[in-house]
Amino acid sequence: MQKNFFSDEKTRGILYQTLVIGLFALGIYFVVTNTAYNLEKRNIATGFAFLNNPAGFDISFSPFLDFKSTDTHLKVYYVGVLNTLLVSVTGCIAATILGFFVGIIRLSSNWLLSRTAYAYVEFTRNVPLILQIILWYAILIQLPRIKQSIQFLEIFFISNRGLYSPRPIFESNFFYVNITFIVSIIVAYIIYKWAKKRQENTGKQFPTISVNLSLIILFPLFIYFISGSPINLDYPVLKGFNFKGGMVIRPEFIAMFLALTIYTGAFISETVRSGILSVTKGQREASGALGLKKNWIMRLIIIPQALRVIIPPLTSQYLNLTKNSSLGIAVGYADLVHGFGGISLNQTGQAIECMAITMATYLCISLLISFFMNIYNKSIQFKEK
Amino acid sequence: MNINYQQSRKPPVATTGVIGWLRMNLFSNWFNTLVTIIVAYFLYQIVPWFLNWSVFEADFTRNYLGEVIIDRTGCSRVADPENHSGACWSIIIVRFYQFVYGFYPREEVWRVNVVYFLLVVALVPLLYEKFPVRKQFLKFTYIFPIIGFYLLYGGPGLEIVMTNKWGGLLVTLVLGFVGIALAFPIGIILALGRRSNLPVISMICTLFIEFIRGVPLITLLFFGMVMLPLFLPEGLNMDGLIRVLVAVTLFQAAYMAEVIRGGLQAIPRGQYEAAQSVGLTYWQMNRKIILPQAIRITIPSIVNTSIGLFKDTTLVVIIGLLDLLGIGRGALADATWMGLSNEVYVFVAIVFFIFTFSMSRYSLYLEKKLKTGINMGAD
Repeated sequence: MQKNFFSDEKTRGILYQTLVIGLFALGIYFVVTNTAYNLEKRNIATGFAFLNNPAGFDISFSPFLDFKSTDTHLKVYYVGVLNTLLVSVTGCIAATILGFFVGIIRLSSNWLLSRTAYAYVEFTRNVPLILQIILWYAILIQLPRIKQSIQFLEIFFISNRGLYSPRPIFESNFFYVNITFIVSIIVAYIIYKWAKKRQENTGKQFPTISVNLSLIILFPLFIYFISGSPINLDYPVLKGFNFKGGMVIRPEFIAMFLALTIYTGAFISETVRSGILSVTKGQREASGALGLKKNWIMRLIIIPQALRVIIPPLTSQYLNLTKNSSLGIAVGYADLVHGFGGISLNQTGQAIECMAITMATYLCISLLISFFMNIYNKSIQFKEK
Repeated sequence: MNINYQQSRKPPVATTGVIGWLRMNLFSNWFNTLVTIIVAYFLYQIVPWFLNWSVFEADFTRNYLGEVIIDRTGCSRVADPENHSGACWSIIIVRFYQFVYGFYPREEVWRVNVVYFLLVVALVPLLYEKFPVRKQFLKFTYIFPIIGFYLLYGGPGLEIVMTNKWGGLLVTLVLGFVGIALAFPIGIILALGRRSNLPVISMICTLFIEFIRGVPLITLLFFGMVMLPLFLPEGLNMDGLIRVLVAVTLFQAAYMAEVIRGGLQAIPRGQYEAAQSVGLTYWQMNRKIILPQAIRITIPSIVNTSIGLFKDTTLVVIIGLLDLLGIGRGALADATWMGLSNEVYVFVAIVFFIFTFSMSRYSLYLEKKLKTGINMGAD
């Protein structure tokens, strides 16, 4: 039996891998030396010291942090992350609601309704998102000027500068309302656990949803009035060429929010539809034969089984939405990519550092979303005993 | 004797024909009827309005006075906004050349037309399996990229047209098709690598795929624009379009790899074992047994991923490349056509819709065909 060095699978494997590692190391060496040379030639200092330099530009939309042009690049980063998270979280919530709604509508027996939903899905899915963002933005800035802004109840004003609405001012007493809110959520959770246990043991049911909802809403409301209504509203008032007071939601944010919601909602509706369709007809018939009411069949039989199919693609839709929020740069929404990866990078010339931080942040956000959705996914998967 | 004649029954409710169909699908109960009326009212508000705007009240080459439109002031809705609100498609018609070819020199434009024509010739046999003499045509499909590059860029015998002159639909199609064509083989390699038994190779492939999938495409495009020049030796100046293509291809390859990996996982173990037991090597096994089956079942997902890539090519406007959307924005930045953004964006959206919708229809057709192919023995 002839057996040379190369025909042994194990040695061959080791050889290949050593080769790959070698090539990889060579590639890295090549890139590092080139970069070092290029940076030196262009007089760019490496390192993260630039983060503490003043930014020197303004950010028009920063709802959480107060930003001035004298603030540092590090603060630009924080504002960017917060803006990215703001549009991603609100977008995910709205897209989920829209997606479930449209997904169920598409299965409606009403031909006109399901066809309309189908047209919406096809039109939004097949047009690039960035085009939709730009189109929404173009429509929003064609709205009337500030002087002719559209009013609702004289407290909401829509114009080409965005949506002006009253701003709530929380007084110190509002602290008690917050405390009550947290306490009532904890109590509601305890009631939920207790009711579930009692039903499993005795079969007696408890109206958990209505009791908990009223607890969470009414109890803080009660405290709110007792502590003397500690929220004041600051109304926007037209003075000269602009509004004073109130708060404003900029058209950049509205365009991003609308486009992301409508685009991702169409994709989510498809996963919801296929999820519901994946539950076999026998399940519906069997639960009907047991005498369950129609909405109970949906809640107890169909949805839990459909969710198992829906959650994995839903996770990737959330990831997509978060990554797509980086397209804010097309309309000047100061998110992570536009603010920090764009303006800061151009001002400081620290391309490698800025891009590395931006990419690492997106990776972290993506991993976090996957992590939490995987936990949720595990909790709803079919448990075989 | 009292006879109780049974009352004659009413004829059954029609369930066939137009009336029956309407009753079944639109007016089956009071709630459905209400929904139908609400949706119909809503459509009545939207659809005629859109048709009026885009067709019946729109200007094409002449305005309401019958004059030929040459700039924005000629548009009916600009000249007489009180009475006219229809779209002004002249911006598209006047700049049609730019939308299709970019700034490609007019005397050389036949080359682009030949490439568009050859693209169809190359694609039809690839997409349509029953095409006669498909095998011979497929050989052409394989060499088409070389011919296409030669024709578009130039070389011996043809004047060189730099890529910064390319634009509009041409750039969109080049990015889309080259991206897909390159991402597919790289995706296969990555998918095989990720499933490899060799830990180092599998780790590198996994890291690469997960990194690319974890960051937005726009950061990769920035990477290609601002970081790649720093990584390469000084004299090596890569063409802007190629830098973008590298970023787009790598991005797409990572997604393609995951789709193909799904297909690989769906192949039963027995197939691997059978291939190994007849003595095939790793590459023979994958090329002859595993990949043909894996790719066959993932074709619809591959087409869907390609649709995603095709839409994503629009992101290049952010780094200043003039694709279809970029040409549109360029037209809007021009003072002679300012303010016609709705027309431009709707036009670009329609063009993209035509491409992507036909791709998704094709994917559905494949899905149906594959389903019947697989289930043939079962039922």
